[in-house]
Amino acid sequence: MRPTASQQLMLIAIGLAVAAVHLLAGCSDARVGAHAVYMLIDTSGTYAQEAGKAQRIVNYLLGTLQPGDSLAIARVESRSFSEKDIVAKATFDSRPSQANAQKRAFQASTDAFLKSVKGSRYTDITGGLLQGAEYLNETGAGTKTLIVFSDMQEELDRTTVRDFPIELKGIRVIAINVVKLKTDNIDPRLYFGRLEAWQKRVEGAGAAEWRVVNDLERLDTVLAKR
Amino acid sequence: METFWLIWPGNPGLSALTWVVGAMLFLYAARAPMHELIRSSGQAIAGPLRAASRWLAAAAEELHRRNRAVLLGQARQDVESRIEREFERVSALVTRDLDGYPALQRKLMDEITRIEEDYRKCGEVPPAPPEWVETVAAVAKVKSGHEVVQRILEDIAASMNKMHEKAIAEYRRSYESRHRILGSFLPFWRSVEKTMARVDKKLEGLQSSAAAVDAQMEKYREICAQSDKAAHALTVSAFTQFVVSLIVMAIAAGGAFVNFKLIALPMSEMVGAGDALAGNLRTSEVAALVIILVEASMGLFVMETLRITHLFPPIANLHDRMRRRMLWTSATLLVILAVVEAALALMRDVLIADKQALIQSLATVPQPPAATDGWVGAIPTAGQMLLGFILPFALAFIAIPLESLVHSSRTVGGIVLLALLRMLAFAVRLAGHVAKHASRVLVSLYDVAIVLPLLAERVGRRALASRPAHAGEAVPALDIEEARRAS
Repeated sequence: MRPTASQQLMLIAIGLAVAAVHLLAGCSDARVGAHAVYMLIDTSGTYAQEAGKAQRIVNYLLGTLQPGDSLAIARVESRSFSEKDIVAKATFDSRPSQANAQKRAFQASTDAFLKSVKGSRYTDITGGLLQGAEYLNETGAGTKTLIVFSDMQEELDRTTVRDFPIELKGIRVIAINVVKLKTDNIDPRLYFGRLEAWQKRVEGAGAAEWRVVNDLERLDTVLAKR
Repeated sequence: METFWLIWPGNPGLSALTWVVGAMLFLYAARAPMHELIRSSGQAIAGPLRAASRWLAAAAEELHRRNRAVLLGQARQDVESRIEREFERVSALVTRDLDGYPALQRKLMDEITRIEEDYRKCGEVPPAPPEWVETVAAVAKVKSGHEVVQRILEDIAASMNKMHEKAIAEYRRSYESRHRILGSFLPFWRSVEKTMARVDKKLEGLQSSAAAVDAQMEKYREICAQSDKAAHALTVSAFTQFVVSLIVMAIAAGGAFVNFKLIALPMSEMVGAGDALAGNLRTSEVAALVIILVEASMGLFVMETLRITHLFPPIANLHDRMRRRMLWTSATLLVILAVVEAALALMRDVLIADKQALIQSLATVPQPPAATDGWVGAIPTAGQMLLGFILPFALAFIAIPLESLVHSSRTVGGIVLLALLRMLAFAVRLAGHVAKHASRVLVSLYDVAIVLPLLAERVGRRALASRPAHAGEAVPALDIEEARRAS
């Protein structure tokens, strides 16, 4: 029996609906387009005074990241390979209004941490990187960025072991506000050598990108893909 | 440096010369089969190309014939429906305007009869003088001077005056009543005049419709005759229709884009903004796109059920009651979607304001609040809502240019394909010719490469030819062929 016009229309509508549901629900990985950012804040020694700048970067990230993106802030301490060092973390809701509310709460908690930050004795950047890589890989985001807000001078106690190859595959590593130390001013080769060593180590770990941003007016390059 | 080709090591010149001579001798020896090979190759390429060209030309001709048949068929159908519509219009005109014509005529006749009667009444002569007038005349002949007669005459005069005044008054009354009757006919006459003018106008409309029918019939005759003039006119018309439809569709696409921008952000509150389907295409954007397409589809169904467009024959063939039901369903859905869009436009404004507030709270340097409070600040919101409500209805009309585009694209596509086929046929034919002539050129070039042995051969032949031939000595077959070629 030949279907009537209304039946044909209904079939077309059902077909379109099925196609739309298929398109919306299952034909691709939803997290591929998401961006995950993990920011390490160095709290050792005199670098703890740079907390104001760190707040500025966090605010920039909160203003730039989109619903569905993830952000975590962690401190770099004597031993940083621990979830306890994560100050705040959130995967923003896909609804913009909810994401905005989450960002406000995130800002408040980060603000409270940065106001009460205390300087640590040692600086375990490698541990922080490992913790950050673990977090970023768990998010499953398409773009993963690890921001290191530090002078990149690693200082470890005798018992902490960090001299082994690390895995940072597919992660962009951005060193921000790498201030020059007194010794760097005496011999700038120390500064360049330190950055070069980190670049070699990060790129050797399979990082997608290594970049140094010292001018905070150019924060737009932090999230921009190369 | 490679030295493998050196026959005499240390003497490349001699080695090269040896190679050249050897090659020349080899090529001279292989001359006949090589010529044949080159010619055969040329023919092997040119033959299929020529066949392909012929096939393409035949296909182009067939396509042209089919294009023409389709074009004329479509046009005939179109003109038939137009003529049908014109006849329907004429029929409706006749039914509407000339149906009441007999009643009007009867009314007019009645009124005219009444007017005639009245006119007759108006034209009545005054009644004859009473009979006592003769008596008065007899009395008047009596000799005067008698007192009695004088009194009688005075009485008669008084009586006559009285009668005269009475008759005059009667006549005045009578005329007044007739004037009143005539006056009461004035509005009727005006109405009759208006009615007649209206009838005249309708008849003019009827005449113009008849002229339109005549024009369509003339076109129909030309199409039925399959004249080149009709085909050309229809092709030009199809191109014009295609271009105009394309422009209107582009404008509609602009409207759809604005619509998309209005609802893409607020849609993220419904389906989420974090998920990306492919690349940068977010789920909310796809959902917004789907909503716009659904609106356009609803508009399409509304136009179909109103029989403005005829893209879906099953809808056009629906029973009137079912069609009306479908029309109301589509129109209701369209209105609901328009209301949803207006609400989404409002939500967009709220979301943007929230985002602005967040950015301000995150800013290191406090920013002054935007000076758009009050009723001025409400204008963009109201504008967005209005646009959100209106655009779906505007998009509904996309069905008309879409139908036009679909219909004209068959003709335009056919003509473009025909042109491509003809160009391809020409190119293939040209390539065949090039291959054929290239083989001849290669044969000549081959002979140029072995010019020295050929020269030697010619000299040898001349020497042989100058010797007297012995009786019974056979002439070489090659020589006969050369002579034939030379002749």
